[in-house]
Amino acid sequence: MRKIIENSIRKGILTRTINFAEIENTGSELKKEIDKIFGRSFHIREVDTGSCGACDSEIMATTNPIYDIQRFGIDFVASPRHADALLVTGALSENMKYALKAAYDAMPDPKYVITVGDCALDGGEFKNSYYVLEKIESVIPVTINIPGCPPKPIDIMKAILSLMKGKL
Amino acid sequence: MGIEEKVSEEFKKAGIIPLKIESPFADEVYIDVKAEDFKKTCIFMHKRFNSPVMAYFACDETATANDGAFIIYCTFESIELKNWLFIRYEIPAGKGEYVSIAKEIYSASLFEREMSEMFGLFPDKSPDKRSLRLHEEVWPKGQFPLRKDFLREIKTSVSASRYVFNRIAGEGIFEIPVGPVHAGIIGPGHFRFSVAGEPVVNLEIRLGFTHRGVEKLFENRSPAECLKLAENICGDSAFSYSLAFCCAVEKVYAVTVSENAEFQRGIFLELERLYNHIADIGGIAVDVGFSFPAAYAAVIKEKILEVNNEIAGSRYLKGINVIGGIKSGIGITQRKYLIDSMEEIEKDFRELKSMLLSSVSFMDRVDGTGILDKNTAEDLGVTGTAGRASGISMDLRADFPGIYLDNDFKIVTQSDGDVLARLNLRINEVEASIGIIKKFLNILGNENSIHSGNTNARAGYGLGYVENWRGPVLFWLDINKGGLIERCKIVDPSFRSWQGLALAVPGNIVPDFPVCNKSFNLSYPGNDL
Repeated sequence: MRKIIENSIRKGILTRTINFAEIENTGSELKKEIDKIFGRSFHIREVDTGSCGACDSEIMATTNPIYDIQRFGIDFVASPRHADALLVTGALSENMKYALKAAYDAMPDPKYVITVGDCALDGGEFKNSYYVLEKIESVIPVTINIPGCPPKPIDIMKAILSLMKGKL
Repeated sequence: MGIEEKVSEEFKKAGIIPLKIESPFADEVYIDVKAEDFKKTCIFMHKRFNSPVMAYFACDETATANDGAFIIYCTFESIELKNWLFIRYEIPAGKGEYVSIAKEIYSASLFEREMSEMFGLFPDKSPDKRSLRLHEEVWPKGQFPLRKDFLREIKTSVSASRYVFNRIAGEGIFEIPVGPVHAGIIGPGHFRFSVAGEPVVNLEIRLGFTHRGVEKLFENRSPAECLKLAENICGDSAFSYSLAFCCAVEKVYAVTVSENAEFQRGIFLELERLYNHIADIGGIAVDVGFSFPAAYAAVIKEKILEVNNEIAGSRYLKGINVIGGIKSGIGITQRKYLIDSMEEIEKDFRELKSMLLSSVSFMDRVDGTGILDKNTAEDLGVTGTAGRASGISMDLRADFPGIYLDNDFKIVTQSDGDVLARLNLRINEVEASIGIIKKFLNILGNENSIHSGNTNARAGYGLGYVENWRGPVLFWLDINKGGLIERCKIVDPSFRSWQGLALAVPGNIVPDFPVCNKSFNLSYPGNDL
C-alpha cells in the first residue's frame, strides 16, 4: 500500500499511464454544466429492471479511479429520494414494473430518467418475450437513452453531458 | 466396456430395470425408466455418484403425433464415469401430477417449483408451492409459458394473491425487508431478514425480478439466430454462456472445433474468470470498508477489460464466439501484448493480495464470517466457486478436462466455507488462471485455424457445459428436423447456490451480510433467466 502511494506521489501515476485526455475533457465540460445547472452536484439512482449486468458493470466502472466520475460532481446515491436522475438498465421485466414506478415516484422534482443500453430502449434481444414490456415509457417518462451493449464508461459520461447541454 | 454396459451394470446392482440406455455422445447417457422407477433411480444415482441434481426439466411433446406426453429429464454428473447421466421418463399429457423427489434429494426442489410454474406439472408432495419467477402479484394463475400451446396475447386478469414469506415470530424478533431496489449498483432481489438483536436468525431470498422469459425466446429459432441472445443473458458471464451454447450446438451438428480455437476459447474463458474474481476480491474489501485495495482492484479489473477490448473487440467478450469456433483469432502482436499484460496484472495482483492478507482488521472481518459447511453445501447442490470453498471438489475443467488435460490442471479447494475461504479460493484461482493463459498462449501454433467451415444443421439434442468463474453453466438444446430449437434449458450455478447464501448468513450480524453476499457473488440474471 505504501509503495503504491509513494509511486503515485513521485511519478503522478497509479501503476501505468492511461490516456486521460478524453476523460478529462469530457469530465471538465461536464463539471462546468453541473456547476451551472445543478449547483455542483448531480445525484443518480440506478435501477436494474432486468439487465444482464454488463451495463451495471460499466456504470460501476465510471466510479473507478481511472474515470472517477465523482470528481466532476456526479454521484450514485442509495435512495431515489436523494436523486436528480434515475438510471435504468435492462429490459423491463413484469416483476420490476411496480418497483420502478415506486422508485420514480419517490424522487423529488425536477427529475430525469436516463435509460442505459439497448435492452432498456426497446427490450433488445428480449423484445418479444411474454414477460418483457417493450417500452419503459409505458411506466415512467424517459428523458434520454444511452445506446450500446453495453455503452462504455466514456459513452455514459458523454451522454450525461449531452443531456445537460441539450434537453434540460 | 462401453458406457452403456457400465451403466446397465450399475442398474443391475440397484435392482432397477431400465427401459433403454443410449449414449449419443461420448459424455452423455440417456436412461429411460418407467414412471414408477424414476424416484428410485434418481435417489440411487444421487447417492452412487455423489452428485446433486445438475438439471431437472421437462419438454412439452404433447403435440407430437405418436406419444403426446411431457418428457422429464433429471441430470446427474458422474465424475467417475466422466459422463452426464440423464434419467428420462414420460408423463402422459392429461396427468398434471408427478412423483416428487425433492424430499429425498433437496437439490431437486427448486427445479420442481420451476416445472410447476412453467409447465403446470405439479409434484404430488411439494414442500414449497410458491412461485419462483412468475410472481403472483403480476402473473395470472393457470398460465404456463413453456407449454407449446401457450399464447402470449392471452392476458387474463391477475388475481391479487401475494407471496408469503416465512414468518419468524417471538419476543424481540423483527423483520428487515430489503430490495428489490438496492442501495448499490447491483441486480434486483428481495432479502427478508428476521433479526433478534444483532444476529440474523433467518434469511429468506426472493428472486426472479429480472425474469425475461429467456428459455421461451430460444424456441422456434435457429441456433445461429440465438447466439446473441445466449450471450446477453448474463453479462458478467457473456463468454461462458455463448461458449456453453455453442458447445451444445456443435455437439448436435457434429462439428469438430480445431484445437487452436479450443485453446483460444480457453484463454477468453480464463480472462473472464480473471476480471470477475478480481472484481469480487475488491468487492469483499469494499464491503468491510477497506476502500484502498478495493479501488486498486477496480484498476486491475479495468485493465483486464481493456485487454479484452484489445484482443476481442469487446470489454465483456461479447460477439467473439461463433458456432464452430471463434470469430477472429488472437494475432501474433496481440499475443505479445497479452503476455506483457499478464505480467503486469500478476505484479499488481501480488500487491493487492499482500495488502489484504496483511491487514489484521480486514482478516478479523472475513475470518469465520458466513460459514457454509460442507454437508449443507452438498445437500443444497452448491457447486462451483462457492462449493469448492466449502470443500466440494467439483470443477468441470478437471472432471471433463479437454484442453486442460495435458496442462496439469488442479482443482483448488478450501475447507472452511467462510468468507475468507471464498476469498482465498479466488486468489488461488486468479493465480492459476494467469498461469493457464500463459501456457495456452505458448501452445497456440502459428497456424490460425479458428473456425470450422462445416456447420451442417442436424436434428438432435445435447448438452453444452462450461465451468465459468461461478461454476458449471449448462445449456441443453433440442433441435428439431426443421433446424429450429425446440427446447433450451439453461442452468446457472447460482440457481442452487443462492440457497447456500441464505443458510450461510444466519448467526452473523446484519452489517456482515454485504460481505457474505459479495463473497458468493451470485447472479441475478442467470438465476432469473
